[in-house]
Amino acid sequence: MPSFSDLAVGAPTDLCFGRAPVPLRTRRGLVIGGGAVWPELNFTLPPMLVEAATMPHILDQYRQIITDALARAVELHQTGIVVEFETLPPMTDNPQWAIDITAVLNDAMEQAFVRHGLKSALRITPNDTREFDRPPVLRHGAHWENMLRTFEGCARAGAELLSIESVGGKEIHDDALTMADLPAVIFALCVLGVRDMRFLWTALRDIAARTGTICAGDSACGFGNTAMVLAEQNMIPRVFAAVVRAVSAVRSLVAFECGAVGPGKDCAYENPILKAITGFPMAMEGKTAACAHRSPLGNIAAAACDTWSNESVQNVRLLGGMAPTCYLEQLIYDCRLMNQALAEGPQAAAALQRWLVQSDAPLDPQAYILSPECAVAVARSIVSAPDHYRAGKTAALTAIALLRQGLAAGRLAISERERPWLDAMQSAVESMPDDETTFIGQMTAALDPGVWLPEQYGL
Amino acid sequence: MSQLQALCDAIIKADRNSLPEALRLTREALAAGIDRKAIADAMVKAMDEVGRRFQCNQLFVPELLIAKRAMERALELLGDTGVKPLLTAVIGTVQGDLHDIGKNLVAGMWKCANFKVIDLGTNVAPEKFVQAAKENNADIVGLSALLTTTMPAMKTTIEALRKEGLNNVKVIIGGAPITQEYADQIGATGFAPDAASAVAAVRKMMNLGA
Repeated sequence: MPSFSDLAVGAPTDLCFGRAPVPLRTRRGLVIGGGAVWPELNFTLPPMLVEAATMPHILDQYRQIITDALARAVELHQTGIVVEFETLPPMTDNPQWAIDITAVLNDAMEQAFVRHGLKSALRITPNDTREFDRPPVLRHGAHWENMLRTFEGCARAGAELLSIESVGGKEIHDDALTMADLPAVIFALCVLGVRDMRFLWTALRDIAARTGTICAGDSACGFGNTAMVLAEQNMIPRVFAAVVRAVSAVRSLVAFECGAVGPGKDCAYENPILKAITGFPMAMEGKTAACAHRSPLGNIAAAACDTWSNESVQNVRLLGGMAPTCYLEQLIYDCRLMNQALAEGPQAAAALQRWLVQSDAPLDPQAYILSPECAVAVARSIVSAPDHYRAGKTAALTAIALLRQGLAAGRLAISERERPWLDAMQSAVESMPDDETTFIGQMTAALDPGVWLPEQYGL
Repeated sequence: MSQLQALCDAIIKADRNSLPEALRLTREALAAGIDRKAIADAMVKAMDEVGRRFQCNQLFVPELLIAKRAMERALELLGDTGVKPLLTAVIGTVQGDLHDIGKNLVAGMWKCANFKVIDLGTNVAPEKFVQAAKENNADIVGLSALLTTTMPAMKTTIEALRKEGLNNVKVIIGGAPITQEYADQIGATGFAPDAASAVAAVRKMMNLGA
C-alpha cells in the first residue's frame, strides 16, 4: 500500500490542468492527464420513481441520454469523453438494475468508439447506501453486500473507473459542521473516515483486480461540499468551510494509498491538493456544474483539472435540447479552451491557469485555499505528518495560516464577521492532544453513543 | 429586571460563555424570587432576538445552536413554567432519501422558534409520518427530499396523511429540487426554499404573525 511522503507536484505552476505526472490510459485509448482535458458528463433522472415497474422506462431514459450526448460529441469533433453513471439508491440496493443501465451506457460508448473513433471511459459511482442504517453499519449487512455487488456487476458490464462518495464518519461530521466544531470535524474525517476508507477501498481494490478495472477515487462530497453549501447559505463561516476542505484531503487521500490512480472524483474539490501529493489525474467540476449546486469555485476548480465535469443534471428538455447534451456541449467548449492553451505551450497554459485562479481566489476563502500555492502548501503539510490524525491537524493549521496571510497581504477578502473564527479555529486545533489515542478517548467520551458504532471503524 | 436583561443578553451573545452565564443568571434570578414564568418569558424573548439576528445574517447556525442550548439548559432549572410550545411539528426525510442535514437544520430552527419538534430521521415511510402525526396531534408535518427520484415519496406521504383523515395537518416541503409549483402540484400546504426561511414559512402558514 503506497504512502505518500513527498509531493509529486511541488511547484504551484506545475499544478496545471491537463497535465498529471502519472497519466492514466483507459481501455479505449483515452489518456487522462497526458496533455489534454476531457469532458466528463454526468446526469440523473427527472422526477420519477425508481422501481421494477419503471425500469424499462428508466433504461429508455439512459439510452436516450447517452445516444444524444455521444452524437453531439461527434458533431463537435470531440475525440474523447468520460461518462459517469452515478446510481440512485434503489439501483445500488438492486444491483441488476445498475448493471443493466451500465450495459446500455457502455454499449453506446463502444459503438461510438467503433463507428466514430470517439474514445471514452465509463465511471461507475454506486451510492454509499451503508448510511441507510442509523447508526451506519459499515462493514457488513445487506447494504454493504449490495454495494459491492453493484460495483462488481457494473465493472463486468463495462464500467472501467470505480468511484464512490463514501460516508464513513459523516454521522459525526454533520453535527460537527452545524456546530462549527473543528476537532469533531478532524475526528470524523481523519480518524473515522480514514479507517472506513481503508476498509472500503481495500475491498474495491480487490474488485478492480478481479474485473480488470481501475480504482479511480473517492470524494469528501458529504463532508466538504456540505460545508461549502452551508457556507453559501450563510449558515456557517466560509473560512470554516475552507479549513474543512483542507482537512478533507487527508481522508480522500486514503483511496490513493489503497491503490486508486485517478481520475479522482469530480465533486472532490480537494483534488488539487491530492494531485499535488499523488501526481494522479483528477476530475473537477466548477462553473459548468452550477446546474447541480452553487459554489464560489467556478473557475478556480478548473485550474488543475484533467477531466471537467458538470456534476449532475436532470434529463429535462431545455431550449437547446435535452439538458445532458446541452451540458456536454458546454463542457466540450470549456475543454477546447484549456486544450488550446496547452497546445500553445507552457506560457499560454500558465496564463490561463493564472486567470482561472485569480478570477476566483481573492473573493472567497474556499477558492483561495484551492489556489495552486495554497494547495501545494496544504499538500506539503499533509505528507510531512507522521499519521492521518496529525495530518488533519496540520492541514487545518496550515489552512488557517494561509488564510491569515492572504488577508494580511490583501490577496483575500474575509468579511469582518468571519475574522474572529480564524482565532477560534486555531485555538480549537491547538487544544487537541498530540496523539490520536488520547484524542479518540476524549471524543468517544464526548459523543452520543447512539449516533455511531465504534466497532464499525475497528475501534 | 436587570437580572433578566442580563440573562437575555447572555443568550443573545451566543458565544462560549452563553451557557455558563445563562445558568448562573437563572440561578440568581430564582434566588432573588423572580417568577419562573417571567424568567422563561425573558429567555423566549432572547431567542426571538437570536432568530431575528440569524435571519439578518448577523449570526451563523453554530451561534444560533449555542444560544438554543443555553436557553434549553437554563429552562431546565426552572421546571414547569407554564410556557407552552407554539405548535407541534413532525419532520423527516422521505422514504428512499438519506439526506438530512437540511432537515436537521430546519428541525433545529423550529426548536429555536419554540416549536415542539418530533424528528423521525431519514428514509421515513409514509405510515410512520401518519403514525407520528396522530400520536403527537401534530399541527405541521415537514417533508424533506434532495433527490429528484424521491420527490414522488412526498406526494405519497401527503396522500397517506389525507387518507387517514389528517386533513387539518399542514404539510410543508423542502429540498434542493423542490419548488412552489411542485408543492402546489402534490397538495402540500407550503414550501420553504431553504432552512433559514422554514420558520417564517410555518409562522405564516399558521397565522402566527411575522
